[in-house]
Amino acid sequence: MNLRDTPEEAAFRVELRAWLEENLPAGLQGHRGGATRFEGPEMRQWSRALCEAGYVGLTWPEEYGGGGAPYTHQAIFLEEMARAEAPPHVGVIGIGMAGPTIIAHGTEEQKARYLPPLLSAEEIWCQGFSEPGAGSDLAGVRTSSTLEDGHFVVNGQKVWSSFAHIADFCILLTRSDPDSSRHAGLTYLVVDMHAPGVEVRPLRQITGEAEFNEIFFSDVRVPAENLLGDVGGGWQVAMTTLLHERGTLGFALQAALEVQIRKLVALARDRGADPLQRDRIAREWIELQAVRYTNYRSLSALMKTGMPGPEGSISKLVWSEANQRVTKLALEILGPDAALGEDNAPYGGYWQYQQLRSRGNTIEAGTSEVLRNIVAERVLGLPYSR
Amino acid sequence: MDFTFTPEQDALRQQAREFLAANPEPTWAQLAELGWTGVSVAEEDGGAGLSFVEEAVLFEELGRALYHGPYFATIGLTLPALPPELRAEVAAGETSWTLAFGPLVPDLDTAERVAIVGGDGIFELEGGEREVLATTDSSRPLGVVRGGEPGRRLSDSGVLPEVEARSQTALALEASGVARLALEDALEYASSREQFGKKIGVYQAVSHPLADSYTRVELSRSLALWAAWCVATGDAQAPIAASAAKAYAGESAVWVCEKAIQSLGGLGFTWEHRLHRLYKRALAIESFGASGTRLRAEIAASLLEGDLSGPTELQDSVALTRGG
Repeated sequence: MNLRDTPEEAAFRVELRAWLEENLPAGLQGHRGGATRFEGPEMRQWSRALCEAGYVGLTWPEEYGGGGAPYTHQAIFLEEMARAEAPPHVGVIGIGMAGPTIIAHGTEEQKARYLPPLLSAEEIWCQGFSEPGAGSDLAGVRTSSTLEDGHFVVNGQKVWSSFAHIADFCILLTRSDPDSSRHAGLTYLVVDMHAPGVEVRPLRQITGEAEFNEIFFSDVRVPAENLLGDVGGGWQVAMTTLLHERGTLGFALQAALEVQIRKLVALARDRGADPLQRDRIAREWIELQAVRYTNYRSLSALMKTGMPGPEGSISKLVWSEANQRVTKLALEILGPDAALGEDNAPYGGYWQYQQLRSRGNTIEAGTSEVLRNIVAERVLGLPYSR
Repeated sequence: MDFTFTPEQDALRQQAREFLAANPEPTWAQLAELGWTGVSVAEEDGGAGLSFVEEAVLFEELGRALYHGPYFATIGLTLPALPPELRAEVAAGETSWTLAFGPLVPDLDTAERVAIVGGDGIFELEGGEREVLATTDSSRPLGVVRGGEPGRRLSDSGVLPEVEARSQTALALEASGVARLALEDALEYASSREQFGKKIGVYQAVSHPLADSYTRVELSRSLALWAAWCVATGDAQAPIAASAAKAYAGESAVWVCEKAIQSLGGLGFTWEHRLHRLYKRALAIESFGASGTRLRAEIAASLLEGDLSGPTELQDSVALTRGG
């Protein structure tokens, strides 16, 4: 047990911190996130700069443009990004989900074609998993794919697809065997979002902006070589994607929470906080440390055994509820000013926006109900509820 | 960065669990024979020359076993105040100690000697009367000392912050052991008890609070082990880490025990089942020394008025000041 950086880790941290001080544009620091963060060219330029400096895909194999670094470097990267209040790379789905899935299941041609522009943010990815009738119960997928003369013909509808309106590619889960049900007969495809028959309709959210979308597929012809894994083996490939969604997320979430709590402390210093609010601020600070060291434990297990520790499964659950409490507490500290909106609100409406956006945290990327089922059944070994 | 136990530390845990299962009421001499009373005592003083991280393993296991004896009072509370020759006596199992740090003194029924804080020093109490008080948790008795004189001077009072960090961390570790066992009892019951034709663990009204209990247990453990490492290495973060761990793990152990009692229904409410004993220890830990409310008030003060403007400053002290 040694919680200090190794000399190599310390060197990486120092170099990264200096790079961020030098290169992070002032206008992007402390960005509130949300839809505006991928509008305009600044975020793409920032993402490309991160990539050119070698900080994107840090743990990916070097032959695919990755850094070949240990997972600890990725953790340090996310911690330092949080410290600098730097916005993340725009290719969230590509780097967190599509890329790792392509590395695990893709052909050499697919890796060479898709991974470099994904890292450099030249191409953006989205995810087509959820459907109107298949949310938490993903095995209910109905979007169909039919193999016809060298193409999969895709028909159906996906929903809650973040980034689809700016995406170049979609990782799409389809039902290729119309007579199949549940986990069998699914096929995982890479779909060109600019292909004829793909229509994207943004969905306006509780915040008033649109980060996610519906996607309609009408006789979209997808070349057969865009298959990931086997025909009918889509469920196994999708599990890789979700494992990465839930598995590598911990440090990113911890970093995001750290930024929120720094801002919360600054707010309380600025506006004052009563004793009950101070108690809650301390609670949130303690829980952030608890999440941080839980992530360290899980990461240490991953480094030693190749498998993340089971305690890592709680990061997203804990973060989402913490972020909801922290943002709500900030509004309480703002007092009557909390009711003001947009430009009339203190701090540019940062907290009003964050509080509304946080309500999605317990729904997106696995609802808290599903995550509690996963902990109960797979970690604690309680009997399956279905 | 490596936040795992060594194979030797894992073996120590295994040894402790097996020994305490076979010997639920061990004597001080037995613990000394196992080497537990000299874990962090220097080798030249007859100890093992290890650290608080190994003692942390034992505190978790002793908490889980609801051990009744002077280990917390001696090793968790008084040890930093003892000069080397007295540590040697502790390591050899010749004596045990408690420290009158607040008005209610722990383990006063079993600890052989009593240390008191006075002026700029910590002294051995000579003479005086001990009264062991009735406590809800009979495995962690409290008492008061009356009269007596300060005898031999043990150390400077500058050691008190270390005493505080060490004892808060030891309690957080005990709490984490208590909570883990309460959760295991609830899981076993929910996996076997059937109602309405199904194991009750199938019902999410039962399973989700247990998932939340697991979360609390793991977060408690992470904080307690972080604090233990800070105490072991003399890290500057030790006081705040210990406060955070004690506040969170103490309250969480109570919460987890309450969920476990509810999960076991009527059985959880009986004297016969051990859950009430785990619960009472959790309550005793929560109330001992500084409460969660007071510890959080201190943390809030250092965040809002102190040098700490945010969490990353702490991270920096790990990463940079002490990096490599």
